[in-house]
Amino acid sequence: MKLNHLIPLLGLTSAAYAAPQTFDFKDPKGVNNVVFKLDAPLEAINGSASAITGTVSFDPANPAATTGKIVVASESLTVPNPMQKEHLHGANWLDVAKYPEITFAAKSLAKVNTEGSVTTAEATGTFTLHGVSKEITVPIKLTYLADKLSARVPNLKGDLLVIRANFIINREDFNIQKGQYEDKVSPTIDLSLSIAGAAIAK
Amino acid sequence: MKRLLQSLALLVALAAATTWLATGANRGWTKTSVAVKTLDDVTGIEGITYQKKFLPGVDFLGATLGAAAVLAGASLFFRNTTTKPTPKP
Repeated sequence: MKLNHLIPLLGLTSAAYAAPQTFDFKDPKGVNNVVFKLDAPLEAINGSASAITGTVSFDPANPAATTGKIVVASESLTVPNPMQKEHLHGANWLDVAKYPEITFAAKSLAKVNTEGSVTTAEATGTFTLHGVSKEITVPIKLTYLADKLSARVPNLKGDLLVIRANFIINREDFNIQKGQYEDKVSPTIDLSLSIAGAAIAK
Repeated sequence: MKRLLQSLALLVALAAATTWLATGANRGWTKTSVAVKTLDDVTGIEGITYQKKFLPGVDFLGATLGAAAVLAGASLFFRNTTTKPTPKP
């Protein structure tokens, strides 16, 4: 076989290898979480959400092409004080009965920097909270763990993708008690996302 | 009755203060669960679960001390029941 016949074949092979993988973020281990923090006079309100789903398309050979959507069930937002939790879920704040999901749909990545299996970037996408959608850009860190799925879930082979992101949103941008209770609850909310998704090998 | 209410007020105040101090003197709000972090070795993610635990805060302390003050205040509406010595014939 001549060399010029091999070149297209090599191209096809590398294209197949570099195909984007779809990572499912429904976590069987239950460790995926989003931590939120709001400053308040007596004590900061700290809580977390754990019911996270969604899919992300990630190509290890081209992390810049990453897209996807992460969904957090509003009902899973928890704080250790029962009265605060009741208020948080209630109609005056998040109204989880009416707005059951908080989502972030990433459209594009910028300032992509990959070193080994770790990629840092700025993800731009649509963040939807309390029924209001707003385009935001958040710094993210993607860690691609090739062939590590079996270490986490026995009998399953595949790859893992860990996404971490820390960013701040303003509750007033999402019509959550706009202009209200600013002396009692900070208008800014610190969010910290730590999630792992799996792509099962076919 | 006066003495009973005052004793009860003291008991409530002492019990509240002791409970608050014994559970770590939490100067925040009362919590009925605490976050427990567990590290996932493969991904390095710290998972968060909540364990049921009563952790009284300053609102608990304030409410119970307030209740003790109400009991002590209510005792002021009762007269001292001192037994008068019976005159000797």
